[in-house]
Amino acid sequence: MKLDILKTLNAERDARRAAVIVTEQDSGAQRLVKAADVARDPLKELIERHIRSGKSGMEETPRGKVFLTVHVPAPRIVATGAVHISQALAPIAKLLGYDVTIVDPRTAFATQERFPDVTVLAEWPDVALPPLGVDRYTAFLALTHDPKIDDPGLLHALKRDCFYVGALGSRKTHARRIERLKAQGLTDADLARIHAPIGLAIGAVSPAEIAVSIMAEITARLRQGSEKTPENALGKAS
Amino acid sequence: MTTLATDDDILKAAEDWRKQGRGVALATVVETWGSAPRPVGSNLVIDSDGNFLGSVSGGCVEGAVITEAIDVIESGKPRTLEFGVADETAWKVGLSCGGTIRVYLEKVE
Repeated sequence: MKLDILKTLNAERDARRAAVIVTEQDSGAQRLVKAADVARDPLKELIERHIRSGKSGMEETPRGKVFLTVHVPAPRIVATGAVHISQALAPIAKLLGYDVTIVDPRTAFATQERFPDVTVLAEWPDVALPPLGVDRYTAFLALTHDPKIDDPGLLHALKRDCFYVGALGSRKTHARRIERLKAQGLTDADLARIHAPIGLAIGAVSPAEIAVSIMAEITARLRQGSEKTPENALGKAS
Repeated sequence: MTTLATDDDILKAAEDWRKQGRGVALATVVETWGSAPRPVGSNLVIDSDGNFLGSVSGGCVEGAVITEAIDVIESGKPRTLEFGVADETAWKVGLSCGGTIRVYLEKVE
């Protein structure tokens, strides 16, 4: 491997961007394909599929065997609301491999005691979210039921192109939310990206069951893409 | 995802070691069959003194990979190593878990 390829790869990883190294097994020829350049690569479809699955692997191509070394950023979850559901969700999300950050300005809720293993920020979203580098490998959840906390978070998440955006609340609550966010300048296309009511419809009742339904929906979005957009969440060039 | 975090450090080490002027080789698990201990994409970085970081087999065949790596650093030519129960030599180096792995070994230049 050329040092230049390694340097560029490490820089892309630091910036939380996906990159794939293509190594031709016969010749040893090697190239780095950044996420932004996948669409122009002759192996575009293969590379997209591997970026979506996050897995490296050997592939047969018309030019012989190639090995794709896949580097995708670890997915993250950022949620507003240090509530019951997030308490149940945090350990499940960690088990599934996500880094979890909880944002809630209500200091009685946002305590490390209630969330032993995750980052808890007792700040308003306007203060807490910008430094987090929320990106396309981040799922954002609005879980407080309080528009003063959830709405700024949703605006931020949609602007940052999160692969999943979900908001807790009934259809009626969501209808009112849509009115408020429209007044803030969001388009119908932006608003269609919010999963609400949040989670897969599995009849979840308890906070833990709701957490399972949310994590199942996030997993589907991460691995399968969405019916709402033909492109998958992560294979699309940035 | 812990695998990715670890691999991140390994690739950083590969870059740092090379920048320090050390001879460096990178081993990557490219194929596995059966119950291989480390998944495809796992990395091991080795320098010409035999220092290493990472893992391609959870300890089973690292010794053999390190020996080969020193040759690869000298020759500059990549090679593919295969370890598995079907291979008498490989059995000796201890991939006793019953899997087979193929490791791509290349110099960092």
